[in-house]
Amino acid sequence: MSIRQATKSLQSRHNPLAETMFQLDVLNHPSTGASEFKSFTTSLREAGVNHLKPLKLDTLQVNVGRLCNQSCAHCHVDAGPDRTEIMTKAVLEYCLEAIDRFNIPTVDITGGAPELNPHFRWFVKECHELGCHIMDRCNLTIIVSNPKYADLPQFFAAHEIELMCSLPHYSSIRTDHQRGAGVFDDSIKALKMLNAVGYGKENSNLELNLIQNPSGAFLPGDQSGLELEFKRQLKRKYDIDFNRLYSITNLPINRFLEYLIESGNYESYMQTLIEAFNPATIDQLMCRNMISVGWNGYLYDCDFNQMLELKVASAKNHIRDFDEVALSERNIVVNQHCYGCTAGAGSSCGGNLI
Amino acid sequence: MNQKSYFQPEDLKKFGNITEFQEAMGTKFFDYYNEVFREGALTAREKALIALAVAHTVQCPYCIDAYTSDCLAKGSDEEQMMEAVHVSAAIRAGASLVNSVMMMNQVKQVAM
Repeated sequence: MSIRQATKSLQSRHNPLAETMFQLDVLNHPSTGASEFKSFTTSLREAGVNHLKPLKLDTLQVNVGRLCNQSCAHCHVDAGPDRTEIMTKAVLEYCLEAIDRFNIPTVDITGGAPELNPHFRWFVKECHELGCHIMDRCNLTIIVSNPKYADLPQFFAAHEIELMCSLPHYSSIRTDHQRGAGVFDDSIKALKMLNAVGYGKENSNLELNLIQNPSGAFLPGDQSGLELEFKRQLKRKYDIDFNRLYSITNLPINRFLEYLIESGNYESYMQTLIEAFNPATIDQLMCRNMISVGWNGYLYDCDFNQMLELKVASAKNHIRDFDEVALSERNIVVNQHCYGCTAGAGSSCGGNLI
Repeated sequence: MNQKSYFQPEDLKKFGNITEFQEAMGTKFFDYYNEVFREGALTAREKALIALAVAHTVQCPYCIDAYTSDCLAKGSDEEQMMEAVHVSAAIRAGASLVNSVMMMNQVKQVAM
């Protein structure tokens, strides 16, 4: 497997930020001398929301492991080739039971590189059998990382998977700085392979979406403007087609938090997020319609809470005890990182919220 | 805060406060400003690149700070941004050099 590293995982470097309690402490206490950040719960309260409650559950987001062939500089999962946490088949079976029993319409598979989970293809086939809509958050380079993954485009197509593929920029310099040397070129090769089987092409039902996130300490620009520019540039330079572009704000978690602190941008970035708090995003927040499952089966309100080990506020917090009714009564767990999803036009795994 | 510098990056965030001393004119200015930078016949990304180039011509550190971030956010990369600054520099240099035609005319007029 070819490995693309912009950095190594915090865990392998024994960085203090690898401890989630330490990260939460950083998020809640600005460095010496600065005034306290306004708390997210205060901002919610001022917007008339005392407790953030779930709405109708429509997505089970399954993080099948932290193993990845890349080590991106901004990764909120702290994923990489040195991570060993992988969801077992037993936990995946619990996920299937929950999807089936509660008729959850969408399963959103994420990682790490989800395709590196040895049970990935089996799980996809089972989800397909259940008739649910399948999304895969693919880093693109996995497709060209080893000949055994070269048939992934055909596999994705056969199971009508909606692809959410990471590409922070249409230029190699912006992409490789964030994701590792050579990632851009490999991503272009993979996109061409996906186009070749019909993904992203006109009159095809195979959806190829790109996920763009800023490669630095700034908020994403207007999503529709970025989509137009990505389409124009990728078509012009590489004859690549795709359906939609989704912009995701970088949340100050794990390696992006490390980058912010080391580059001296942490406080100004947090302040930017706080000042951009937009109450209009609250009704659309992804945590209100989804449950996130960790590699070991524990349940979270979103993938970001998962990385901070903030489990759902419910006695039934493991996939084997999945109970939609009990979960629907919970309060969604929030903390300072949540400002990332409420800033400006809002942000979610599906891009802008408004 | 560096007391020895006239330029304070924190002041950029206070730009909106100029209405404090002249509300009517300040408000009209910001309405106009926001209208100018809206998506139009030119994209918002193209306008940000023009703003970045002009910022270098007028040598406004606040504008350079603001439009560097804005260009990145709107999807421009380093190469495009530096090309925009070169456009600005080329026009500046050209503006000097084109006037040398006058110098040349004068030389030809008065010199043997």
